[in-house]
Amino acid sequence: MATPPVKVYGPPLSTAVSRVLVCLLEKDVPFQLVPVNMAKMEHKKPDYVKMQPFGQVPAFQDDDITLFESRAICRYLAEKYPNKGTAGLFGTNPLVKASIDQWLEAESQSFNPPSSVLTFQLFFAPLMKLKQDEALIKQNEAKLEKVLDVYENRLGSSRYLAGDEFTLADLSHLPNTQFLVEKTDKAELFTSRKNVGRWWSEISTRPAWKKVVEMQNA
Amino acid sequence: MVVKVYGPIQAACPQRVLACLFEFGVDFELITVDLDSNEHKQPDFLQKQPFGQVPVVEDGEFRLFESRAIIRYYATKYGDKNRNLYGTTLEEKALVDQWLEVEAHHFNDMVYTIVLQKLVIPKMGGRTDFDLVHNCEKKLEQVFDIYEQRLSKNNYLAGNWFTLADLSHLPGIRYLMNECELGHLVRDRKKVNLWWDDISNRPAWKKVMQMFNGQG
Repeated sequence: MATPPVKVYGPPLSTAVSRVLVCLLEKDVPFQLVPVNMAKMEHKKPDYVKMQPFGQVPAFQDDDITLFESRAICRYLAEKYPNKGTAGLFGTNPLVKASIDQWLEAESQSFNPPSSVLTFQLFFAPLMKLKQDEALIKQNEAKLEKVLDVYENRLGSSRYLAGDEFTLADLSHLPNTQFLVEKTDKAELFTSRKNVGRWWSEISTRPAWKKVVEMQNA
Repeated sequence: MVVKVYGPIQAACPQRVLACLFEFGVDFELITVDLDSNEHKQPDFLQKQPFGQVPVVEDGEFRLFESRAIIRYYATKYGDKNRNLYGTTLEEKALVDQWLEVEAHHFNDMVYTIVLQKLVIPKMGGRTDFDLVHNCEKKLEQVFDIYEQRLSKNNYLAGNWFTLADLSHLPGIRYLMNECELGHLVRDRKKVNLWWDDISNRPAWKKVMQMFNGQG
């Protein structure tokens, strides 16, 4: 069997890497996952930095293109394979696409910052034997609550964030939420909100995401 | 039907949208939102933008928020007027998206914190955290070093044409060069300096600046 042209560099436990992996799996695009040993600072070495100048994961290659930034990679995949795997990930017309971009940006600008801090403080820091910052946790929990209140309202009148179909906007939330719900004591932030809870339960049980979680737990 | 853009001309995110609309010659009406009196947190505004942020755009029945989603929408809608702004091939578009993400995460986070600490907090009677400002400045030095490398190989961030990725930096760099007094970040770097002079002299950005200076 030919080696797939698509290569993803980075560990599946990284939230940004897992964002790309779930997109590839939703789209049914074969890929090779290339390990990057972050404990040995492989992501800061010249060979890697050539692909990703900020020294972060993931990096991505397909045919002749090298890309970084997980949300840019997801947009690329959804545009390249509109009819493969899960259709409608990036909409079928410009207005729907704009709505998806809007909620993808909301994830990136409003949801990601506090949820990333909490994920790091509550999951990664103990794992790496680093001291937790209680004030930072409290501050970011308050910020996340406000964002989830907006989502609760939105998901009361819309099955998914951008409309009635699962899209990149929902997908983009999977990595951080998985950690917060399954690996920290902050699950309640999501499960105590009726609509957010319903939405989380639907998107997290999709087969593609379940495969990514298996890869993370391997 | 004229596009309505809600937000003050002084804020970076509305400026991002206006620069894009000017690039495509799209007629719009700017409806000011008074951030000082918390107008953006009032129920009327929250109906339009549930996160209580500016800008939000109304185009007939269609409403959209998040400035980087708005500029992608209009660049796609009016792609025929300027094909290069959002790339002409799938690969070019991916590079524009990549550098837009870089601006949104690596660049914007730092500029936002600096503006908050140096300008907004003192205005509200609080004290600037100079350590935090200094840390952000150091991080921005690293970001601009990467830009310097990139711009040594290409005229613009995503390739050899001006795109949304460059446009998206205009408001933030303007703040750095002016109120934040961190112009050296740009001036100390040959390619970044040339790039800034180029993109900030585009007619569309000059029109935004005219509005900003109360002349438009």
